[in-house]
This record gives sequence, structure tokens and C-alpha cells, in this order.
Amino acid sequence: MIETVLVWLFAGTALVAAGAMLMLRHPMRVALALTGSMLSLAGVYALLGVHVIAVFQVLIYVGAIMVFMVYAIMLLDVRDRSYTRRFSRLLIPGAIAAALLIGVLIYAAWDALSARSGASPGTMFALQSFSVAFLNEYWLHFELVSVLLVAAVAAAVAVLEIGRRQRG
Amino acid sequence: MDNLQMLVATAMALFALGLLGVVVRRNVLVMLMCMELMLNGVNLSLVAFAQQSASTAGAVLVFLIFVVAAAEIAIAIPIVVLLVRRKDALDLNAYADLKG
Repeated sequence: MIETVLVWLFAGTALVAAGAMLMLRHPMRVALALTGSMLSLAGVYALLGVHVIAVFQVLIYVGAIMVFMVYAIMLLDVRDRSYTRRFSRLLIPGAIAAALLIGVLIYAAWDALSARSGASPGTMFALQSFSVAFLNEYWLHFELVSVLLVAAVAAAVAVLEIGRRQRG
Repeated sequence: MDNLQMLVATAMALFALGLLGVVVRRNVLVMLMCMELMLNGVNLSLVAFAQQSASTAGAVLVFLIFVVAAAEIAIAIPIVVLLVRRKDALDLNAYADLKG
């Protein structure tokens, strides 16, 4: 019972933080709101029993990606017009389209999921079977993703090198 | 209403809010963060379904998405740094002359 309440609480916090991301003015506050949203999602994952993903959500998303983002915000703190005027011209059509999209998506998911045969209680996630499957069946995907990561690093270095050359 | 329905609804709301952020905000860094929010929404739905069906494939996919998100940010931030050095602005309207 208390777990259900906590899952709802964390999911609600994630949604509120996502809404705050749209409203806040300074990118650093947006980054803090996004970090809060990610931490709440990690709480949801932990309550669902998927502890591995909760740990890696905190380590990779909050620990690596958001720290990188915060460094970029501090590096690029140029006070420009996008601080005073937050929204583009597309604010009203975008908001209407997003409201419609949320409505349609949630209605479709609700309809499809309530039709499924008997709500199963949800089984416990097994770390052992996950690890065995990860390194037995999905080792090729794992290696390919590491190649992608190396390619991304090489591309980032190349982009900065191009910039340096163009500035002379 | 059960947990799975609520979690999938939350995931879709997160995705749509991220998309709205990418469309309506003007700051490039905020748009990048809204893209991360969209990825988080997708991850939440994957984890909810994987936990419900006790499959390992969904959890493995979430792991791979973590790495792809890291690669995406590693590419995107240098591009943003380069653009800001050239135009001296974080406002997307300053890049309106980028065609194609």
C-alpha cells in the first residue's frame, strides 16, 4: 500500500518538475528541475524493484549527463534575449498541440491497457537473469554501443578542431 | 486504475512535455534538456512494461538508451559551444540563417 502511494508521489514529482522546466527562466534552474525529475524517476524505478536501472539512472543521467550540462551552462553564460523572452512564437499553437497529444496518447494507452486480460501483479525483476541475458544474448549490442560511444567522442573532438581551425 | 496504467500515462505526459519544451523554448541548452526529458519518458514506459512482463529485453534496452543519451549529449554540447562562439547567443533565432 505504502509503495503504491510512494510510486504515485514520485511520478507526480517527476511531472511537476517537468512542468517547471517549461516555465523557469534561467537554464541552470531548468537543469535543477530536470535533475529533480530524473531523481524522482530513479525513485519510481527503485520502488518497482528494478534497482539496477535506478542506480544507473542516478549514475549516468544525474552523475554524468547533467553534470556535463551544468558545466556547459556555466561555460556559456552569455546573457542574451532568450533569458528575458523565454518562449518562441510557437507558444500557443505548441501548447494546444501538446495538450491534444497528451490527451490522445493517454486515452490510447488507457484504452489498450484496461483491455488486457487481468491485471497481473507484476513480477519481481531478477538481477541474475538480467545479467546473464545481458552478457549472453545482448553482448553484440553492448559492443556496438561502445563503438558508438567512441565514435561520439571522436566526433566531438573533430567538431572542436573544426571550430579552432575556422577561428584561425 | 493500476500502477502500470498510471506509469504509462506519466511516461507519455513526460514525452509530450519534453516535446512542448523543444518547440516553445528559445534557449538552445533548455531545448537540449527537454530532449533528455523525452528520453526519460520513453525509459519510464520501457521499465514499466519490462517490470510488468518480467522480460530482460526491456531493461537491456534501457541500458543501451542510457549510453546513446550520453553519446548524444557528448556530440550536442560541442556543437552548441561552437555555435555560441560564432554567434555569441544562446537564442535559437540567432541561428535563423542556418539553411538546410
